[in-house]
Amino acid sequence: MNILSFLILIPLVTALLILLVKKECTIKIIALSGSVVQLGFSVWLTLFYISLRKAGEVGDMLFQGSIEWFAPLHIYFRSGVDGISLTMILLTAMVVVAGILVSWRIDKQVKEFFFLIVLLSLGAYGFFISTDLFMMFFFLELAVIPKYLLIGIWGSGKKEYSAMKLALMLMAGSALVFLGIVALYFASGIYGGTPTWDIAQLAQIKIPVEVQRPLYILIFTGFGVFTAMFPFHTWAPDGHSSAPTAASMFLAGISMKLGGYGCLRVATYLFPEAATELSWIFIILASIAIIYGAFATMMQKDLKYMNAYSSVSHCGFVILGIAMLTKTAMMGAVMQMVSHGIMTALFFAAIGMIYERAHTRQADELGGMLKQIPFIGSAFMIAGLTSLGLPGFSGFVSEMTVFVGSWERTGIFYKIATILACASIVVTAVYILRAVGFAIWGAVTNKEYLKFKDASWSEKAASILLVGGIVFIGIFPFWIIQLIQNDTIIIFNKFISVALVNN
Amino acid sequence: MSFDSYLLLRFEVVITLIIFILLVLKLNDADNKVTSFLTSINILLLVNFLVGFLPIGEHSLFMGFFRSTGMIVLQKNILNLGLLLISLTSYTWLAGNKNRIEFYILLLSSMLGVFTMLSSGHILVLYLGLEMSTIPLAALANFNKSMKNSSEAGIKLILSSAFSTGILLFGISLLYGAVGNLSFDAVAANLQVNQLTLLAFAFILGGFAFKMSIVPFHLWTADVYEGSPIAVTNYLSVISKGSVIFVFISVLYTVFANFTDAWLYAVSILSILSMTVGNLFAMRQQNIKRLLAFSSIAQVGFVLVGVAGASKAGLTAANYFVLIYLLSNVASFGVIGAIFDATGKETLNSYKGLYKSNPALALIFALSLFSLAGIPPTAGFFGKLFLLTAGMGNGMYVLLGVAGINLVLSLYNYLRVVKTMFIDDAVETLPSVERNFALKIALIVCVIGLVAIGFIAPIYQYFESLSFNM
Repeated sequence: MNILSFLILIPLVTALLILLVKKECTIKIIALSGSVVQLGFSVWLTLFYISLRKAGEVGDMLFQGSIEWFAPLHIYFRSGVDGISLTMILLTAMVVVAGILVSWRIDKQVKEFFFLIVLLSLGAYGFFISTDLFMMFFFLELAVIPKYLLIGIWGSGKKEYSAMKLALMLMAGSALVFLGIVALYFASGIYGGTPTWDIAQLAQIKIPVEVQRPLYILIFTGFGVFTAMFPFHTWAPDGHSSAPTAASMFLAGISMKLGGYGCLRVATYLFPEAATELSWIFIILASIAIIYGAFATMMQKDLKYMNAYSSVSHCGFVILGIAMLTKTAMMGAVMQMVSHGIMTALFFAAIGMIYERAHTRQADELGGMLKQIPFIGSAFMIAGLTSLGLPGFSGFVSEMTVFVGSWERTGIFYKIATILACASIVVTAVYILRAVGFAIWGAVTNKEYLKFKDASWSEKAASILLVGGIVFIGIFPFWIIQLIQNDTIIIFNKFISVALVNN
Repeated sequence: MSFDSYLLLRFEVVITLIIFILLVLKLNDADNKVTSFLTSINILLLVNFLVGFLPIGEHSLFMGFFRSTGMIVLQKNILNLGLLLISLTSYTWLAGNKNRIEFYILLLSSMLGVFTMLSSGHILVLYLGLEMSTIPLAALANFNKSMKNSSEAGIKLILSSAFSTGILLFGISLLYGAVGNLSFDAVAANLQVNQLTLLAFAFILGGFAFKMSIVPFHLWTADVYEGSPIAVTNYLSVISKGSVIFVFISVLYTVFANFTDAWLYAVSILSILSMTVGNLFAMRQQNIKRLLAFSSIAQVGFVLVGVAGASKAGLTAANYFVLIYLLSNVASFGVIGAIFDATGKETLNSYKGLYKSNPALALIFALSLFSLAGIPPTAGFFGKLFLLTAGMGNGMYVLLGVAGINLVLSLYNYLRVVKTMFIDDAVETLPSVERNFALKIALIVCVIGLVAIGFIAPIYQYFESLSFNM
């Protein structure tokens, strides 16, 4: 059996065990241990992968496996990982552990809650290890309903509306993706002999550029909906802010990265000619998202809405990096995905902890949190400083890499886009410092707040895990760069060959 | 007639035998023993289902009027499974109804017609079978004799089906005028595309569209579904509709194979209309049966996307989807029936908080709705995507675009029900619905099917091996 199957089997077994057990405490312990085992396994897998690479393993993907599924339709269960998918898997494992820790005090329908969280993570793991488009789509769609139920049942505010909006928009996104990949499947049959869903085989087939164009737009837009690309971002603020803490962490931390990964691995990698021609569309959209997201964040009072809009802005960097099509920019996009994933999870976790105590998320109603609950206050501040790109944290290195990579692209249009994106950092600083100033610093405004207790062990563990991730990337960015460098070069080489052919 | 011919006719023979047994029972006034009667009839239906799996080859009888191929046997087996499951889910309702023997006699007569229609190798036999399957349904729709809208359903069904039959028959007569012979092979071989035959085709298409409740021939559907007893609604939506889909595809792919250019457009337009209108009308429904009526209209639209593939993959996907659709709908109506038996309500509002009071039923209902919406890991995901894949294979881009939009619209409709069950708070606490053994078996079979079919690839491959190229 393929070693990667464990990445799916561990959450599956965890989910089934959760269904079998009755006691709430046992359920939580099972969910936590399952996700910790998964985290350990992912770390081990990454180290194993690095050692194999050092030993001279070549090949785009390692640990490849293929199981026949629907042979008449050429659907296989193909799996394999490279550096990019491994970083995404590590990110997922980390956020899931933190999410489960943060939800430790949940007392409403405990079994269903943890079952759905584990099911969500199963979808993400499956997505990242699939190298078959049909499988990828299967796992992409698998996550839609758990998200809907998590927001609808455990959410707050206008949860029914947000949940429905999220489910329908994500469904629309996946419908676009599906139309694109089915058309690609038949195109591969026409231009490559046998039709296939295998990404590696598809990359070898030469598809004419006029066929590539619509497919690129369809698939990129479809995945873009998942990444909250402007103008398809509207599900994100409502969804993030209505969701329970763990679901917000998952949505912003992982789910939006599914889209980014798809944009890179499917849309950009498989349609290099079309991407060269048309990526300006997405550069414009990404720039709008970055600026608009940043300004929209300034107007928010609710901390969750604040982080949700800033996620739109930050995920704009991901799209920008991918659409710039330079080696460094793509690498930056991947790093930004990881960095934003951890940072936003920490942000939502801290907001959730504050909300649980203060029962409000309005920045101006809070105040003095650092005095009263120093641990949570610090976690909030670290997330904020990462978000505004303070050196030493992960946000700085990843955003920097995106900017440097974008600047490498020649042409006035690209320079302007880069400058605009850089300018948004200032706005980010404003809203982050304001939020921190209102909510965290200052005197305690409400006497009720004096009764607050600081973080419990589970909340501390979750925060430390995430802060550790942020600091690790901030201080050792080369570790992650080495992990993903080879794979971004593989994607980038497609563009060099396109450029050579055109000249 | 030799014994072998009887074996080929085994589906029809067994059904007829059961009908005779029921008639004798009725004459002896043996319907006092409710439990033993219902148990034995379900065992008989199980035997009927199992007999279908006897390994008997392909052949045709009566100068080609009756055919039996691997695919027809498969389709009959699927419908037999549906019949058995429907009978099991309606156990409680029938236990409280005095006329249960008549119910089964009518149901099985309709089934006999369905089998005749599926096996027909001649358009007149097809017509005969179609009528035989429809007329008992009018009596069945009217089965709750005390209820006013049940009578309305019966009248609506008989009038609209008479009308559609007239249209169909007119088309057939034009076809006969053009070709001079009505056997499938002769028509397929001699059919030329001209105005007369196109007109004939249009009428025949209209007739079939009525029976499958395709927009714009769907107006009877919602009222009839709402007024009929739940078991009958289930039968209408699953077996009656499924069998006509089977026949429709085989007629399109064999008899009208020359007409592909013409029918591709017709089928695409009907598909677009069905999906869109079905989903849009389902949005505002408060009655759960009406909601599922419009959803079933939309589902046929999706089947037509696969049909428009005009390929082996399209045929396979359509058959495969009907099996999955059958399991999803039987499970949904099974749950609706159980709740109706307990509370007497079938509005969406009465499902509020169902998950708290009856978690198992709510989960099964949700699973079948997800399957209808095409959400993984349910079988409906595979069924629906294979239909769309088949449609894309023929380059039907506009159709596929509309289908993509409808995936979203239909998700809204199904999530609305899921929201009511899982998220909304109960207005009044529902009693814990009692589930008898028969219902449990039926629902378990459906659930296993919905979860497992997609993961057992040999099932799809079996369907594929029986399909043929156009």
